[in-house]
Order: sequence, then C-alpha cells, then structure tokens
Amino acid sequence: MAVRRHSFLQFCNPSILQSGDSAMQLARVIGDVVATRKDESLVGIKLLLVQPLTPAREDVGRPLVALDAVGAGVGEEVFFTRGKEASFPFAPAEPPADAAIVGIVDHWSVEA
Amino acid sequence: MLLARIVGTVVATRKDPRLVSSKLMVARSVDPRGKPEGNYLVAVDTVDAGVGETVLVVSGSSARMASGLKDCPVDAAIVGIVDAIEVNEP
Repeated sequence: MAVRRHSFLQFCNPSILQSGDSAMQLARVIGDVVATRKDESLVGIKLLLVQPLTPAREDVGRPLVALDAVGAGVGEEVFFTRGKEASFPFAPAEPPADAAIVGIVDHWSVEA
Repeated sequence: MLLARIVGTVVATRKDPRLVSSKLMVARSVDPRGKPEGNYLVAVDTVDAGVGETVLVVSGSSARMASGLKDCPVDAAIVGIVDAIEVNEP
C-alpha cells in the first residue's frame, strides 16, 4: 500500500488508533440494532453496530453502537466520531449519542 | 453507545437534588451476542427499562442530552431498550 489516509487527529497521535477513546476512528459496520422503546429524539435514526479497526484492518477493542448519519450499511468501512459531537450531524435535534458514523471510507492506505 | 444488560437497581435517598425521582439501574456491558463482559455501571433510566432487559447506554457528557437529564450530574443514561441485534460477522 502506498498512501494511507486517515483523520488529522490520528496522524498527530497514531497511538490513539489503538485506544478506545479517540476522537475519530475507523471501523467496520458489523450489524444493526433494533430498539422500539427509546429516547424520542432517537426516533428515525439508524443504530449500527461498529467494530473499531487498526490501519491493518484488524479488530481492536469492543464493538459499540453508533448512530448512522450517512446511510452506511453492514459490511462497509466507516469512520465515526465519539463524544458529544456525535449528535452534531442531527442538528438542530440533539439525540443522546456518544458515537456517530460520519463518513463511509472508500479506501485508505498508510505509509509503512 | 454501549450494549448492556440491566442486572439490578440502586436506591439512594441522599443525593444531588437534580437526581431526585431519577431511576438508577445497575447495568453490565454485554457483547453483541449478549454475553456479559466488562464492568458494571450505574445509569439513569429514561425509558422505563427493567431488570433483565438489554439496553442502550449513552455515556459521558452526551448522557445529559437524554430527555429530562438536562444539567443533571449524570454520565451514563439508558436511552433505549434493545429488541434485536443482528450481527453479520463470524
């Protein structure tokens, strides 16, 4: 692989790729979650199960549930944001979310 | 957001005034197949969940965005009851 692209934050601090608490991460969508009874501001928002990945596409850390802001689907590689910012894509609504998928990755590469 | 199963309740009489009438539950995180793993946590229930149910827990400052928790001293909130999880991975 020639060039790998990931978020600016990850370039600044590659170690956060290994941690569970980085600002933005790469992940693979591995499933979906159905919840009928939920917070009103979550109605109409898709909930997906994502598995964080290393640059080598290996699983790292636990799967988590993220709101889908971009129409991602199972099997796709995505990047997601953590923290309060996860609700920003749904403004002016403020769904209670600490993880949201904000992009579908077409390809990435990392220089060795 | 975490997947967790509710394993108990918490009763606290003396607490922050903004937590009065909040329902507190003990939850343990589970993997997507429902197997318990990791830590227990105390979360405020905003969806009338019960013991034994699998729920969605939002943590950190986002927990205060759940309905009725604005400006409450809370860092974990139950915001959904999970009906089904579909995992498409070996």
